[in-house]
Amino acid sequence: MGDALNLFLPLDSVAVALGADDVASALRDEAAKRKLDVTITRTGSRGMHWLEPLLEVESDGVRFGYGPVDIGDVGALLDAVAANVRHPKALGSVQDIPFFKHQTRIIFERCGIIDPVSTDQYLSHGGGAGLDKALRMSGAEICEEVLASGVRGRGGAGFPAGIKWKTVAETRADQKYIVANADEGDSGTFADRMIMEGDPFLLIEGMTIAGVAVGATKGYIYLRSEYPVAARILAQAIDRAYSAGLIGENIRGSGERFDIELFVGAGAYICGEETSLLESLEGKRGEVRAKPPLPAVEGLFGKPTLVHNVITLCSIPHILAEGAASYRDLGVGKSTGTMPFQIAGNVKHGGLYETAFGLPLRALVEEIGGGARTGRPVRAVQIGGPLGAYLPPSLFHLQMDYETMLANGAGVGHGGIVVFDEDVDLLEQARYAFEFCAEESCGKCTPCRVGSVRGVEVMDRIRDDIDREQNLTVLDDLCELMVDGSLCAMGGMTPIPVKSALKHFPEDFAINRGKSDAE
Amino acid sequence: MPPGDQEIRSIIEPYLNKTGGLITALRAVQEAIGHLPEETDAIAADIFNLSRAEVMGVISFYADFHRAPKGRTVIRLCAAEACQAAGGRGLQEQVEGRLALKMGETAPSGNITLETVYCLGLCSAAPAAMVGERLLARADVERVADALNDADGNAARG
Repeated sequence: MGDALNLFLPLDSVAVALGADDVASALRDEAAKRKLDVTITRTGSRGMHWLEPLLEVESDGVRFGYGPVDIGDVGALLDAVAANVRHPKALGSVQDIPFFKHQTRIIFERCGIIDPVSTDQYLSHGGGAGLDKALRMSGAEICEEVLASGVRGRGGAGFPAGIKWKTVAETRADQKYIVANADEGDSGTFADRMIMEGDPFLLIEGMTIAGVAVGATKGYIYLRSEYPVAARILAQAIDRAYSAGLIGENIRGSGERFDIELFVGAGAYICGEETSLLESLEGKRGEVRAKPPLPAVEGLFGKPTLVHNVITLCSIPHILAEGAASYRDLGVGKSTGTMPFQIAGNVKHGGLYETAFGLPLRALVEEIGGGARTGRPVRAVQIGGPLGAYLPPSLFHLQMDYETMLANGAGVGHGGIVVFDEDVDLLEQARYAFEFCAEESCGKCTPCRVGSVRGVEVMDRIRDDIDREQNLTVLDDLCELMVDGSLCAMGGMTPIPVKSALKHFPEDFAINRGKSDAE
Repeated sequence: MPPGDQEIRSIIEPYLNKTGGLITALRAVQEAIGHLPEETDAIAADIFNLSRAEVMGVISFYADFHRAPKGRTVIRLCAAEACQAAGGRGLQEQVEGRLALKMGETAPSGNITLETVYCLGLCSAAPAAMVGERLLARADVERVADALNDADGNAARG
């Protein structure tokens, strides 16, 4: 018998939720029956979620895909591989699948390829190069490189990261902190989860570079509790990073120190807001703080704290390794680098697509996403989570970058695109925006806490044709008040989905609405 | 047998000097006991040198914490936008009908709790659900029912 057959199967939550663990046991059983020697490496996901569980079989250094694999397929599939004949689920070389091939993967370059908790594989696949370079630079030089790259916060606000770094670096304090915001609560987004499950050392490396740059010796990953798989993998990765000297008291022999701790939240969307997150990390209710002071000056326990979204931190190692100029060459205008767009909802080819900024929305929804899974026409997309705008197909020509989206009343947010077919009722979606705000408001600001409840009532009256015109006026006032009178984006941006729905889909708010109400 | 104060105290104490220790300690109590009994407040307040009101404030703020025991298997259905777009509302109605339970309710038998979750990060393969520890993507009522049977079987064996 020849060498062991090298198989790769994701351990990513989506793959597991579609049966990957069952497929893994079936593979072991069926291989044993056939006396086939197999090695199964559990990897992250390639991001082609309609093909999950996606099994890969290595042959002459090329990984051939099969998917979506059902446990019933496993026996015949192994037979086909052994006999070198084509199986109906064969997809060819995985990296040549068009969805994968046309991406620019600088954040997700290893995701789906390596064992996520192997430091050896991480280092042998290009990991650690950014950190090694940073360790030879001064803190100020690293901050300058980040600033020059133009990378902006990927959590939603899009603030230039380098400015935050400089602020923290220049603020004097006996202790500073790095906090990775992994409270990825926006519906339609899963890039943080995927990278944490598929290449957690990248986040660890990004945080460590940040620590070295700004003079912080302690980092926290604030992870939402709805991500149990990510929690397990991160905990294991942190342990192994210590053992391998990637973090700890003498990082890669440099004499620099950086420690990382994982903190799991307790179910609160608002804790994705940075000041609320810091309160929560201090063990308190996650109530939003007034700014200023900025967390960069007075953050965790009153100390200067660099809070960044996971994807922002994961962009850093590449910037250091390849230089700011090569990063800035990707993207358009002030939207530099790549964004892992997440294509979700009612869509044929759902998944993660990392590309430089500048693709038109239509390409992501229709060409890459393949349109609605139901096969019906796409009627709307919501971009950037529950606080993002609803846009109609007439705006799908818009380019996906921070400035273009902003100019059209929308935002890139965390890069999530939720697709809806013609069945969607935008009044119902606008009502839900208020309902979600009422559920998740931290309660500190009255316009958010009470306004959201009033918003649901107003929507109900408009739907039921009660004093329609007056209620539309109330709705306008309410939105204005929430925007002007809320400390954070929860209250301040809930009007965005509401008003965009009203603006682009007025027929759903009109008398004799086109559809029958689902009551 | 109801948990004694000493048991709760011994669960909480190790978290005193941890960052955000109160939240992690409360989770540990809940994992051990199944819910957060009233006695927790005074004990945690004493250990962390807080008022009982502050502890209660934390417990009431976070969706994960609960005062009453939940069903043996908790079914969580995602109610957020990506799942709405892919039939999540219909799935919720079907599951409610099948189990004769409304969202947020626990079956009188104490076997099942049905609840809402806002995003499991499976939005590209919506609708999403979680039955006990098991994640489901492109969930339908049959797969939820099958996962529930498996969870019941495991609980019975366990």
